[in-house]
Amino acid sequence: MIRPVSRVKQVVRLVDVGMTYSARGSQTVALAGMNLDIHHGEFLSVLGPSGCGKSTLLRCVAGLEKNTSGTIYCGDKVLDGPPDRLGVVFQRDVLLDWLTILDNVLLVAGFRNKLTPAHTAAALALLERFGLKESASRHPWELSGGMRQRAAICRALLDEPELLLMDEPFGALDAMTRDDLNLELARLWQDKQKSILFITHSINEAVFLSDRIVIMDRNPGRIIETIEIDLPRPRALAVRESVEFGQYSRHIRHVFASLGIMKE
Amino acid sequence: MWNFIRRNERTLSSIAVVIAALLLWELAVKLFSIRTFLLPPPSAIFAELWKSRFFFLSSSLFTLYSTALGFVGAVVLGLAMAIGIVYSTWLNRILYTLLVVLNSIPKVALAPVFVIWLGTGIEPKVAIALMIAIFSIVIDAVLGLRTVDPDMINLARAGRATPMQILLRIRLPCALPSIFSGMKVGVSFALVGAIVGEFVAGDQGLGSVILQAQGMFNTTRAFAAILLLGVLGTLLFFLVELAERRIIPWHVSQRGPAADVPHA
Repeated sequence: MIRPVSRVKQVVRLVDVGMTYSARGSQTVALAGMNLDIHHGEFLSVLGPSGCGKSTLLRCVAGLEKNTSGTIYCGDKVLDGPPDRLGVVFQRDVLLDWLTILDNVLLVAGFRNKLTPAHTAAALALLERFGLKESASRHPWELSGGMRQRAAICRALLDEPELLLMDEPFGALDAMTRDDLNLELARLWQDKQKSILFITHSINEAVFLSDRIVIMDRNPGRIIETIEIDLPRPRALAVRESVEFGQYSRHIRHVFASLGIMKE
Repeated sequence: MWNFIRRNERTLSSIAVVIAALLLWELAVKLFSIRTFLLPPPSAIFAELWKSRFFFLSSSLFTLYSTALGFVGAVVLGLAMAIGIVYSTWLNRILYTLLVVLNSIPKVALAPVFVIWLGTGIEPKVAIALMIAIFSIVIDAVLGLRTVDPDMINLARAGRATPMQILLRIRLPCALPSIFSGMKVGVSFALVGAIVGEFVAGDQGLGSVILQAQGMFNTTRAFAAILLLGVLGTLLFFLVELAERRIIPWHVSQRGPAADVPHA
């Protein structure tokens, strides 16, 4: 049921993490009592309705916001600011229009260190993997939405990050492109065994990609249930027609229904 | 020949409109026998221009010089102020308030005071041009620097970009289209400022040519100077636009046919 490699050590550990925003006297509890480990090499999805604090969770783990209570550990250190080996992908690709695709992929790595020919070679290899080799010298506005998001993923992967944070990365894409990218991401994870924290609205996407799914509810944002997904790897899109897949997604829908989030 | 016409269709049609307007003007003056001191015909204006060509050239250069100095000063100072306003809360409060107060005063009213402070040379002209031009540049630059996609900034911060890297590699390039639209408004205002300066004091430049011509009821000479001001204003505007095309060819408004690429 549990792959032996995945329980060696956690990449990130959240202990009783809370996040409260206060503005003009009123307080909003975005996250409360979050206890969660992201294991090495694990694909962990966070599933929940909008406003449940999934993005806040991601921003806290990325070191972009400081949690107001509890502690986040990155490896064995307390997280203070963005961790060292981190890749981030947002829903919007936020590629810079004035840079070529290659330069966009190199952008974030260039913030951290002086770029070398090795970086360029790695970037080109990544672009080739995602079918963007011919587009390396083109500009973002010449590419389709799916290709742009692929480039954004290449950018996040360039520095061989230990942890990849993805905030609804395929939310703005059409269904077919989304399927393609789900498949490519599953293959990527299979090859590189990165730890991935993946935030999504889509039950299908979460079941298809994940080792483990965390279900969250809102007001305050908290974890309701954690589900291990024990489907064989590597997974093809056809796995979505299997009985087990149906059971998992049915179960998740039941959980949401019992929370009053989704009608059955 | 036809190819040339098709390629420069927009420029040629603008020229045609100007020529047609001048012909109509000439015709109207002749047809209704309007006296020259009320409205001189274009032919008389061009004759006047040719007759005193060196005088008009040096006057134009003087006005151009003070306009350009004021404009460049407004761009440099305006950008510095905009960056200060965006990055510092207290600079935002102080400078923004001052700018709004300054802008609510008709700046033309300040011109005589500048003559008291700076004399009758080129300095008050430059100062007034700068003062009038800076407002639109600061406002648009602040807007541009602030409307950067927050996820773009998040991405950079998660990649441990320094504030300087974020400013130079993301915020400023993102703000360039907005800065250029401020500069296009600003350059016309700088010319207004220079002319106001020449109206108030001094004996050089196209402004003082108009003022002296008025004193002698030499309407033809006044119109010659006005015509040159029109040419100067157009020239300055197109120079800024040319710089815009060169510096931000990626921007949507500059992109041309490439924007037709479908965004899937």
